[in-house]
Amino acid sequence: MPLSGCTGVQSALDPAGEEAAAIYRLLLVMVVGGTLIWCAVVGLLLHASQRRNAPWSERTAGRLIVWGGVAFPLVVLLALLAYAVWLMPSIRPWLARHAPAPETIEVTGEQFWWRIRYPARDGLPAFETANELRLLVGERVAFSLKAADVIHSFWIPVLGGKMDMIPGRTNTLSLSPTKTGIFRAPCTEFCGTSHTLMAFSVIVMEPADYIAWRRAQAAGDVPGGGEGEQLFARHGCAGCHGVRGVTGPATLGPDLTFFGQRQTVGAGTLANTKENVARFIRDPAAWKPGAKMPAFDMLPSKDIAAISDYLVGLK
Amino acid sequence: MRLIPKDVESLWTLFTAPTIWALHFLVCYVTAAVFCAKAGAPPFSFEAMRLALCAVTLVALSGIVLSAYLAWRQWGFGSGDPPHDEPTRKDRLLFQGFATLLLAGLSFVAVIFVAVPLAFIEACQP
Repeated sequence: MPLSGCTGVQSALDPAGEEAAAIYRLLLVMVVGGTLIWCAVVGLLLHASQRRNAPWSERTAGRLIVWGGVAFPLVVLLALLAYAVWLMPSIRPWLARHAPAPETIEVTGEQFWWRIRYPARDGLPAFETANELRLLVGERVAFSLKAADVIHSFWIPVLGGKMDMIPGRTNTLSLSPTKTGIFRAPCTEFCGTSHTLMAFSVIVMEPADYIAWRRAQAAGDVPGGGEGEQLFARHGCAGCHGVRGVTGPATLGPDLTFFGQRQTVGAGTLANTKENVARFIRDPAAWKPGAKMPAFDMLPSKDIAAISDYLVGLK
Repeated sequence: MRLIPKDVESLWTLFTAPTIWALHFLVCYVTAAVFCAKAGAPPFSFEAMRLALCAVTLVALSGIVLSAYLAWRQWGFGSGDPPHDEPTRKDRLLFQGFATLLLAGLSFVAVIFVAVPLAFIEACQP
């Protein structure tokens, strides 16, 4: 039970990727090594505090200082430094060392959500999505990380270390997921009032599922002509949010194609249910202070309900 | 005339080894930073830069060993035990020699620590 905090969707102590496993190994070595040294130092302290009849001879004490105070720390620090430096390439692999990753996904941090662009691949066209990253298990993937407004930081704790997203700069990061599952990735650089409410889901999939998902994403949703879909267009939602296959391209706000498949509303703010979508549309700032989306509390409740039904039904 | 005087009564001898350490640190990091900032353009390869920095490290270590030797000599090859705290010229010289020797030891280790990444570094990260 006390260890339950060490596992889960956002724990670097429960790695699901090669880089996170290397970081975890480094942590274990450092913790075990640190504990042993701490025990030895405290043991010596207790030993020294004991009353004894004859003090150690100057020669013995000098020998203890030279071996315990000079030789031991020198060798241990040199070994730890060499180990950490040697491990660095597996913690932060640079692409030159590996075969180029089959795809480079562009992720842009915006206040307070994530724009995600998949490149064209194997005859499948490029597309944009938001707040949900899907990856192929067992395949190295590269990220090109950008920021639209302020500094954000990209961190998927179960897959690897973090990398800042800096306006005007493109940082690259490479990760290699080894386990399927659904994980959480928070923004890790303070970016404004809703910094803590800026997260995305990471879904690591088997190849067949991944290809099917990409094919569906590229094709987009199918227009059904329902009431919610019409209201979505009429009330201007489609001016900022695109739903591929249904609305025109709109890139001001997060893309909402297949919104019903996502885990959360508002980039990790609320669980994805009809009620929460309606709450968010009515007053985004009440749930997510500083969000750029204005409140739509002037809309009739039944219209908001219809739009929420429509969005949650986009699967 | 001796190339290196027998008794150098200057505080500069005390600082020689730490100064070499600082210069070595700067040379290593500035060279790597400039090389990687101009990646692709430099007239020599990454391996050449790594070897050059290894050579700089050897030169720095030799300088520190030389400084340690002079200090050892000034300290009288361990003829007197510290603390050298009498208000005499002899004790001042011995104290300075001993302090220089300890600083040289520290600098020697520090230069090796600074140079450890040279053994593992393989490329500039884009």
